[in-house]
Amino acid sequence: MHPFAYEAPTSISDAVAVLDKHGDRARPIAGGTDVLVQARANRWDLDAIVDVKNIPELTQISHYPDGSVSIGAAVPCYQIYQDQKIRDSFPGIIDAVEMIGGIQIQSRAALGGNLCNSSPSADGICPLIAYNAVCHIAGPGGDDNHRDIPVEDFCTGPGSNVLRRGEILVSMVLPAPGDNFGAAYERFIPRNEMDIAVAGAGVSVKLSDDGSTFEAARVALAAVAPVPLLVPAAADALVGNAVSDDVIEAAAQAAGDAASPIADMRGTIEQRKHLSAVLTRRMINKSVERARG
Amino acid sequence: MTTQITPGPARVHVRTTINGNAHEFLVPPYMSLLDTLREIVGLTGTKEGCLDGNCGACTVSLDGRIVDSCLVLGAEIDGKSVETVEGMATPEGLHPLQQAFLEEAALQCGICTPGFLVAAKGLLDNEPAPDEHRIRHWLAGNLCRCTGYDKIVRAVQKASAEMS
Repeated sequence: MHPFAYEAPTSISDAVAVLDKHGDRARPIAGGTDVLVQARANRWDLDAIVDVKNIPELTQISHYPDGSVSIGAAVPCYQIYQDQKIRDSFPGIIDAVEMIGGIQIQSRAALGGNLCNSSPSADGICPLIAYNAVCHIAGPGGDDNHRDIPVEDFCTGPGSNVLRRGEILVSMVLPAPGDNFGAAYERFIPRNEMDIAVAGAGVSVKLSDDGSTFEAARVALAAVAPVPLLVPAAADALVGNAVSDDVIEAAAQAAGDAASPIADMRGTIEQRKHLSAVLTRRMINKSVERARG
Repeated sequence: MTTQITPGPARVHVRTTINGNAHEFLVPPYMSLLDTLREIVGLTGTKEGCLDGNCGACTVSLDGRIVDSCLVLGAEIDGKSVETVEGMATPEGLHPLQQAFLEEAALQCGICTPGFLVAAKGLLDNEPAPDEHRIRHWLAGNLCRCTGYDKIVRAVQKASAEMS
């Protein structure tokens, strides 16, 4: 491991300045559960680790009057699942942050870090996509250089994302779910916990007032493509149709068709495509259940 | 012939509380909390296992939350409070968890034991009477290759009963 310096800026502008100065020889650290492992494996030669946990904007959960929420990029999993308003309004996020790692990992690992690590198998990204979350990014050049990116456009490949030199993920903003809305995330792993998804599905649905018809939907798949994958075809199979087993099955098959996984030690291509359909079906049903309250 | 010495990054000044005692030291910025405890503070009860956050052997409590100390930098504990296995026993005797681990034979080689003890204490400090499922779920981040876990779970249940 290359010996790196430890920087602990207390403002976004200071963090951006040090990241900009070092370029790809610096990485932010939130929980450290990925970055320290990767630094030890010599994935990067780092001159600096930038601890972002002293920056207020990155460490706060903010609930807004309209029902939307901003989750700071460095907020650890346990603070998210201990937040009663998130439990009540965004249970699909809770599904993910309660299953990432074990208790020790959840004490440290951040949902924003999960996003920036940009693994296709990340459990935290698909539910963010399902909830239409937007990434708030700060960069060099002052306040004018802030930009917002939909979560589904953030990852660009395994371990890579849209962040440019000096840029930092500040927060993820989730719009208010509104009435008759439900979302859920589940993954398949051969163990009960402490494992990496073989496949995962994050789903959200918005139903008509009487709960009978799909008015909107989002389906995202984990670990079956180079990035966490939004599947518009699966949502299209639902929207405008009455809630029924046949309609849900059609969406599930569309998800299985859209999955383009690799075969590796965790699963085969056939298994992952099958799992994509099964998990999508189950998560649509769970989302409908939650939408109907 | 001269030897060229490349200076490393500056060490970080840390003021922290470990097992209730104030400590102040300089730590290399890339040193893990695990190595900081073992090599700088001299507390070798915390063990190194996998060094990547899977086994929990290095579990310590950081501001009241259990963490894998291999995935924390020593520099990060400035101003924070750390509890290790050395902080569990008192002059009056072993912690009820330690006593229960002995009585239930919840260890064999012992490498995982400090991590299990600190993790289990983190549970019982907040939830005095967890059921078996909760205990097993809470301890999922700790691996033991000797006991098969049943004895560990029974020891935690025994300590829970004695403490409540």
